[in-house]
Amino acid sequence: MAGQTLAQHGKIRYNQGAIRRDMWVRKIGKFGLLFNPVVVYFFLWAPILVLIVFSFNAGESVSTWEGFTLKWYGNIFANTLAAGTEAARFSTELMLSSVKNSLIVSISATTISTIIGTMVALSLERGHFPGKKFLDAVLYLPVIIPEITQGISLALFFKVIFDWVSLQSPDLRPTSGFGTIIIAHVAFSVSYVTIVVRARLSDMNPRYEEAARDLGANEWRTFWRVTFPLILPGVLAGALLAFTISLDDFVVTFFNSGVGTTTLPIFVYGLLKTRVPPEINAISTLMLIASTILVGSSLILQGRGADK
Amino acid sequence: MAAVERRKRRGEKQSGFLLALPALLWLTVFFLLPVFIVLIVSFMTRGRGGLAEMPFTLANYERVFDVFLIVIQNSLWIALLTTIICLVVGYPLAFFISTRQSSRTRTFALFMIMLPFWTNFLVRTYAIQSILGREGILNTFFQSMGFIIEPLRLLNTPEAVLIGLVYGFLPFMVLPIYASVERFDFRFVEAAHDLGANDIRAFLRVVFPLTLPGVIAGCILVFIPAIGAFVTPDLLGGTKGIMIGNLIQQQFRGSGNQPLGSALSIVLMAMVMLALLIYIRFGDQEG
Repeated sequence: MAGQTLAQHGKIRYNQGAIRRDMWVRKIGKFGLLFNPVVVYFFLWAPILVLIVFSFNAGESVSTWEGFTLKWYGNIFANTLAAGTEAARFSTELMLSSVKNSLIVSISATTISTIIGTMVALSLERGHFPGKKFLDAVLYLPVIIPEITQGISLALFFKVIFDWVSLQSPDLRPTSGFGTIIIAHVAFSVSYVTIVVRARLSDMNPRYEEAARDLGANEWRTFWRVTFPLILPGVLAGALLAFTISLDDFVVTFFNSGVGTTTLPIFVYGLLKTRVPPEINAISTLMLIASTILVGSSLILQGRGADK
Repeated sequence: MAAVERRKRRGEKQSGFLLALPALLWLTVFFLLPVFIVLIVSFMTRGRGGLAEMPFTLANYERVFDVFLIVIQNSLWIALLTTIICLVVGYPLAFFISTRQSSRTRTFALFMIMLPFWTNFLVRTYAIQSILGREGILNTFFQSMGFIIEPLRLLNTPEAVLIGLVYGFLPFMVLPIYASVERFDFRFVEAAHDLGANDIRAFLRVVFPLTLPGVIAGCILVFIPAIGAFVTPDLLGGTKGIMIGNLIQQQFRGSGNQPLGSALSIVLMAMVMLALLIYIRFGDQEG
């Protein structure tokens, strides 16, 4: 306002056209900044919402609504209720065993990677030893290297090892299975655990540990009585993250699973590549709910850590 | 006293290394060594059943850069386009979220981006597949509106792969940019305005350069999984949207050509490493 009066007095000359143009730019920018999130959130959520809605569709179509039903959900669990009936044309037994396999793999891989990941996080945050930088770099590699490369490199590695073992003792015929999948899953999830636990450790005041040591506690006692309780939310968050990633993994598992160790993603991939049964929307919705619960709890744990 | 201190510190050194040992061994044996094996196999000859045999040769790499060069170029192009679209769409979104006043709104907005991202990748890709399909919701909608008579071929195209990749990796772009913009001091913009810059100039000369570390991190985080994608082109691309990941998979399933697949993997890894080097070069300067 003041500028305008000054301009009217002729002391300062404003380029009215430029100001008008700048104001237009600002308006367009503000509009864009409000418009963009609407479009993006729609883009992110629409496919998932469509999937959930059509999991209750009475017809088999994924685009035309034909009424509400729960039969697809029923079919998933049909085998447990009425084994071998016509209703269970979709092989529930196979799906349930793939869920069981997934849980075996993910729980084992999470346990191992949480333990060794927490250990390495402690050593990187608190210790000093030669080769620390190298280890730090190596730990980030599994996060960066494409999954498909990890998958085929481990498959080749196991092939070499198995051939060698068979050559040494022809009676032993090792094959891909739970062992290979779990090893592969630990190899990539340990990095995620380490990253989460390290973040927690670096937030923690090392004085508590010093105090414990001054009061006469040895390293072991200090860790279990002071450090561990304080980093526990981080450890749990890391474990949940590792569990979710392991449970969701398709590519690495694809190249390293054997006969009878089909995990849930491998099973779903098989369905998508062959017949795409109408139950798939219901399965997807259930998987969606499961990962939402897992990630939600992981975020709450991490958030609880940040509050302190 | 000093001796005790020294002994204590030496003890810490040792325990520090011992604590790192299991993970170090695991990653050396089950990560570094396998990658090294891929490198060796990539120089070997295809034998019976697609397995690797002696002698060493460069033939695989010759084939990669001869027959498969077009696929590599396409993959690079799709990954670059994915990165650019994610940046153009993701930057304003990250900017919008990080400039919200209440921290609860910001957290909620971020959560709403993370949640679809955390659902199984196959499920998300299937969601896109069912929407783009011949009898998918898009085609049905367009037909009922009378825009088209015959269903459009949306699925099994490079564009479908592009949509799937943007859908899959957009959060990777938004999160680092969000972190950068949140740390940005908006008094710099006021200063720029006071010095006579308009909004465009203030953005290009002040805001964008200062949030560049987040932009570069986001680009790397999108580009790397996009270039190595396998599930997305496999389910959405058909034969027209094939990428390096599909080629590698084909060489390792059934009687393919493992040495050739290994060479393709090494080329893929080289491209990822190149992208990382660019990041370290430019990301570090800014950060």
